[in-house]
Amino acid sequence: MKSLRGYLDKIKPKFEKGGKFEKFHSTFEAFESFMFVPDTVTTKGTHIRDANDMKRTMTVVVLALVPALLFGMWNVGNQHFLATGQEASFWQSFFTGFISVLPIIVVSYVVGLGIEFAFAQYRGHEVNEGFLVTGMLIPLVLPVDVPLWMVALATAFAVIIGKEVFGGTGMNIFNPALTARAFLFFAYPSYMSGNEVWTHGMIKGEGIIDSFTGATPLAEAAAGNIDKLPSVSDMFFGFIPGSIGETSTLAILIGAAILLFTGVGSARIMISTVVGGLVMGLILNIFAVNPYMEVPAYQHLMLGGFAFGAVFMATDPVSAAQTAKGKIIYGFLIGFLAILIRVLNPAYPEGMMLAILLMNVFAPLIDHYVIEANISKRLKRVKVQE
Amino acid sequence: MFNIKVESIEQLSMSKVIKIKRGLDINLLGAAEKIIKKADFAEYYAVKPTDFKGIRPKLVVKTGDKVKAGSPLFFDKYHPEVQFTSPVSGEITAINRGDRRVIEEVVIRSDTKIEYEKFSVENSKTLTRDEIISILLKSGLWPVIRQRPYSTIANPKDNPKSIFISAFDTTPLAPDMDFIVKEEATLFQKGIDILSRLTTGKIHLNLNADYPPAEAYTRAKGVQINYFTGPHPAGNVGVQINKIDPINKGDIIWYTYPQEIIAIGRLFEKGIYDVSKIIALTGSEVLHPVYLKIINGACIKSLLKNNIKAGENRFISGNVLTGTKILNQGFIGFYDNQVTIIPEGKYHEFFGWALPGIKKFSASRTFISWLMPHKKFKLDTNMHGGHRAFVMTNDYDKVFPMDIYPVHLIKAIMAEDIELMEKLGIYEVDEEDFALCEFVCTSKIDVQSIIRKGLDLARAEMS
Repeated sequence: MKSLRGYLDKIKPKFEKGGKFEKFHSTFEAFESFMFVPDTVTTKGTHIRDANDMKRTMTVVVLALVPALLFGMWNVGNQHFLATGQEASFWQSFFTGFISVLPIIVVSYVVGLGIEFAFAQYRGHEVNEGFLVTGMLIPLVLPVDVPLWMVALATAFAVIIGKEVFGGTGMNIFNPALTARAFLFFAYPSYMSGNEVWTHGMIKGEGIIDSFTGATPLAEAAAGNIDKLPSVSDMFFGFIPGSIGETSTLAILIGAAILLFTGVGSARIMISTVVGGLVMGLILNIFAVNPYMEVPAYQHLMLGGFAFGAVFMATDPVSAAQTAKGKIIYGFLIGFLAILIRVLNPAYPEGMMLAILLMNVFAPLIDHYVIEANISKRLKRVKVQE
Repeated sequence: MFNIKVESIEQLSMSKVIKIKRGLDINLLGAAEKIIKKADFAEYYAVKPTDFKGIRPKLVVKTGDKVKAGSPLFFDKYHPEVQFTSPVSGEITAINRGDRRVIEEVVIRSDTKIEYEKFSVENSKTLTRDEIISILLKSGLWPVIRQRPYSTIANPKDNPKSIFISAFDTTPLAPDMDFIVKEEATLFQKGIDILSRLTTGKIHLNLNADYPPAEAYTRAKGVQINYFTGPHPAGNVGVQINKIDPINKGDIIWYTYPQEIIAIGRLFEKGIYDVSKIIALTGSEVLHPVYLKIINGACIKSLLKNNIKAGENRFISGNVLTGTKILNQGFIGFYDNQVTIIPEGKYHEFFGWALPGIKKFSASRTFISWLMPHKKFKLDTNMHGGHRAFVMTNDYDKVFPMDIYPVHLIKAIMAEDIELMEKLGIYEVDEEDFALCEFVCTSKIDVQSIIRKGLDLARAEMS
């Protein structure tokens, strides 16, 4: 540890202004601060600072994603062996999932971080930690058999068009991970919908037994086959086909607990999203004219990407509403619209992604009205006094 | 004990109790033990123009001049009637300047026996408002009265809508202001009587509802007593104003603190500029944290003799959130009631952001230390991370109890949009109200400097 520190101190001057590798300053800074928390001390303002920083915060989010990731890996294998009709042990399933999911994660991180480093270098900024989370979110919202070049393309699109053109982390309007998914959804619709892509091995079609369709519950529901929906417990625990990390509501709830307990995620957004979804679900139940509209409201929360979106996507602090009241309105509308789009618009079986992206656009507007209310309250105080 | 309790409950029921919900108490090691010691004789004293926001000092003394306690040292170019006087008698030994020759310290070597300038304060009960103001100005005690907005020294020509006194301090390791005023009830009341003639509005005396307050406070006459409860910043006068009598554009509120009121009482009782006060010597690097009786502006060197742990330390006049960094032979600030000494944090930590963090304090629960809510922490000056773009939008709200949107106000200041700043409430806030936001900021943004910039911008626009 000490010798490493000594080595870093020795080569550090080369990366500073006037040094041989001045151009790689932010790359050096990123690696150095990754290994060692910097020795900078406070100079003005508060003399002490909270131990929490961006790295820690982002690490907590990644940690919260781990249950969904691990379950997702196992379920990829599980679904694969269901499709081929083979018996497989827990570890066989997990290992099969692991080797199919890992390349997607690696591609997402390598491409995304590569671009982030390049931009930081170009701008002379420090490398932001935001992509640590985005890089994990992207694989979790993709189907397992997505080609790796598509992952690379979508990640590049999300980082460049979704984030860097707006000025980088903290300035983006859209959630970068959802931007990646939306890109694939609209650019390669045949890949991102249909029944084959969700189960590992189905596209190749080797050894798949005839009775296995691979259809996700959402696809079944959209097709009106409500009777083919899996049991509630299967949906809750996640023994269903779907995007890698989105199937298990339980694993996502563990993540939600971590985010809420540490204070990193916004409880306002999560709860109001769920409430919004339930309200829309109940409205549909009341006016039900087809079997899909009769699906109990609470089951919608376990279908598709609703739970994952509510916990990990809607709560993205940068693209969400920023005021406390705004967060409640923002979350509620996400849940409300997600179920509305899902049930009433046959073209898009997954409403959550579109609902969140749509509300990302409206978040600044919601904040604007919340702030205006605060301003007029302040003005009114003056008038009362006069 | 029982009697005290009943009395305090009665008083509570007579006054408002305002509950502050959002905020944060930072438990640090090194709170002062409740013993008042007379400090060793300090040879040097200083008045620091940098303690006073927005003034432009014009010197009236030069090195080698002899002064008495209460003799003018410099005045404010913009308000020449506002004078700053020497706390002790002696000889001017240095005028220390900083960047661009800004005067930072006027240093006085003290006589062993202090001689005082005499101010005529006979019949203090019949003095008019103008006479009171003129005595305060001449003696150099006027600067203890400050105003909101901007936290500058009050303008004697204004008539404030009310005067606020925060009689308790909720900052980390804060001195117990009830303990400090215990013996000075008479002078405190005298000071209040003088203050009450400066405003046609109310004097708000704000007390802590969490324990029975000092009798000097509860027995005070001519004041409106308000009770506050909750975490820091419940003791910040800005928060109290926001809850009781919020500032609108054009409003002016004056504020001051208990020891300053006692000094006013002493001036009008004895006719001298005697700025003795009790400070708390605090922080994890102090061997025996105690209360010390000193004269304002004292050099801390003799106060700290044989009482400091070895190692590289940060010396702060004031508290860890809003205090000023001084040298180990620096001087106590004009408005400070506390000296805090904590370790410097100049070290690299191997994978520090990934460690469980038993010894680390965080307002979030991202470190194991949340398991020990009553633990007292030894915190140092390490930043614990690098500057980043603004990402976490929840954090400030949790520690900012006013009906103001901190993030939006900060962004308005960064955009230098004065009209928007006004609309968002810049007149109601001060740097110290944002100290906790700065502390918790995961992007390590210098929030207090930004707020000061906003206040300076707004002030320049108005004048």
